[in-house]
Amino acid sequence: MIQLTNIEKVYRTSTIETLALNNVNLTIRKGEFASIMGPSGCGKSTLLNIMGLLDQPSQGTITIDGQPVTSYKDKELARLRNQKIGFIFQSFHLINDLSVLDNVEIPLLYRTGESAGKSRREMAKAALERVGLSNRMKHFPSQLSGGQKQRVAIARAIVGQPEIILADEPTGNLDSAMGNEILSILQQLNDEGSTIVMVTHDEAMAKRTHRLIRLFDGTQVADTLVSAGIPAGV
Amino acid sequence: MILNYIKIAWKVLLRHPFYTFITLFGISLTLTVLMVLTSFVDHLVGSHYPENRRDELLYIQRMAQRDSTRQSTRMGPLSYNFIKQYVLPLKTPEKVGVASMFSFANAYVNGQRLSLQTKLTDAGFWEVTDFEFLEGKPFNEQNIASNDHVAVITDDLKKQYFEVDTQPVVGKTIEVDNETYRVIGVVRGAPVTRPITAADIYFPYNIRKSNYKSPGMNGNFVALLKAKSPADFPAIKEEFNQTVSKIPLPQEDGGFKYYILETSADTYIEAWLHNFFDRPASSIFYSVIAVFMLLFMGLPAINLVNVNVSRIMERASEIGIRKAFGAPSKTLIWQFIIENLFITLIGGGIALGLACIVIYLINQSGWIAKADLTINFSVFAVSLLVCVVFGLLSGVAPALRMARLSIVDALKAS
Repeated sequence: MIQLTNIEKVYRTSTIETLALNNVNLTIRKGEFASIMGPSGCGKSTLLNIMGLLDQPSQGTITIDGQPVTSYKDKELARLRNQKIGFIFQSFHLINDLSVLDNVEIPLLYRTGESAGKSRREMAKAALERVGLSNRMKHFPSQLSGGQKQRVAIARAIVGQPEIILADEPTGNLDSAMGNEILSILQQLNDEGSTIVMVTHDEAMAKRTHRLIRLFDGTQVADTLVSAGIPAGV
Repeated sequence: MILNYIKIAWKVLLRHPFYTFITLFGISLTLTVLMVLTSFVDHLVGSHYPENRRDELLYIQRMAQRDSTRQSTRMGPLSYNFIKQYVLPLKTPEKVGVASMFSFANAYVNGQRLSLQTKLTDAGFWEVTDFEFLEGKPFNEQNIASNDHVAVITDDLKKQYFEVDTQPVVGKTIEVDNETYRVIGVVRGAPVTRPITAADIYFPYNIRKSNYKSPGMNGNFVALLKAKSPADFPAIKEEFNQTVSKIPLPQEDGGFKYYILETSADTYIEAWLHNFFDRPASSIFYSVIAVFMLLFMGLPAINLVNVNVSRIMERASEIGIRKAFGAPSKTLIWQFIIENLFITLIGGGIALGLACIVIYLINQSGWIAKADLTINFSVFAVSLLVCVVFGLLSGVAPALRMARLSIVDALKAS
């Protein structure tokens, strides 16, 4: 589903070069729930950003569904992100000036050829119902708890029914009970067919996924199957 | 989608009252000044009472007589003699009216002196203009032919001289500069900013004190040529130019020998610009006006661009989020342009209200007698256009900068 080949990412300033990712080769298969772990600054988020087409690698190729996308222009990348990928961020990244419902609707605004206003509303409501927030639709992010905000973020990630969900430390800002709740929702989405890649610091969370990829200083040092329950089709 | 953008723009406005105040103050003050200025220009050169058909009128307001070296020039309105010989016989105009530039005269009421602006006109003047007769009627060819001592006065003069408001005064007499005239009509007065038609009292051009018989070319009269439609203007101008070109030169007028005679039939705006420029106003004049307008709008716009750009990072997170979920840069550029247009239009709405108040105050102040400044459709259209240009000017640069932000940097910024 996502294939990264010889990925290298270098951050350059006028005085210093930092190698964030070094020769990473990785394939994420359809239906997989993979976690990426490693110490701070090892390149986990950079890898997730490159996987999600939010950032460009300095070298290497990205292939999504067999199509090399490294040379895609802004518009094509935007379309791919919109149709295939949903993001969940550690700090939620909700737009405070918009209601919960309007926030969830955002991915649908940029989907061409479908979803008129009314059907967008319906889809956004359905996504919020899935994460148990149908009673908070008209609230604003500032009126919600951390766990509720992350559930809104999950609703926004799934509203367009993307095949891939990329979660960057989705439980990092939550207490353990709330973190467990969020992970349960992700597991449920995975059970329903979504491919999920999650960056985490939490070993216990990582052990609840199928596959654990470890990074150290920008290099992939381990790639292990965590549970026997590998999903069908892998 | 647009509704979503407008919601955001509205929230951004509410979030920062001080910034909102500065933004809207800048926009609305600039637009108010522009609207009042355009309204004033429209008041000066547009079609308004009693020249409601200026778009069908050509004016011959002045002529220049020059010596062969163009060192000496005599310039001014026309003599009645010139108009009679070279303008009244023209075939292409539908109708020609003649009026003098205003002169001054005195009348006395209860020992108090009234200083009056007087105008001499022919009968055609009343046909090419659109005076509203509150009483009576204008003088006609018959009155002129029989040298009737008649006058048309304005409603203001009626109140001042006869000290009545509603009672009719037609048939009563008025004494001006020791001559007695019978009032034949009362018209609603015109603003002094319409010098071809405005006066306190109108007499037939052939009253005893008139100099209409002076033989020279220069005098105190102007001619108003009414065309059937503006499409006839070129033919009228051509016929008049042909007629003038046939005048034998050199001639002598009041001891001044002239070899060159320059005069033309112009639209009101051309004639108006002739007052400021010795030769016909060219496109350069309009370009200068356009550049001035652009600068006038440009300076507050540049200031706004500055304010907007400096606040980019505050909205970086939103840009990052929208891009992450599939917004192409082009769409985001439009979002910020639409937001800016929305804010500018709010400023435009406030400016429209302020301009109405300022115009009302100008009209009421008596600063311009009989002023009738209005926000009419054309002024509003210009103002709306100005709003849109203003919105684009102040929106494009920040929008481009915002849309170029990398997604990762934008998300990190929050």
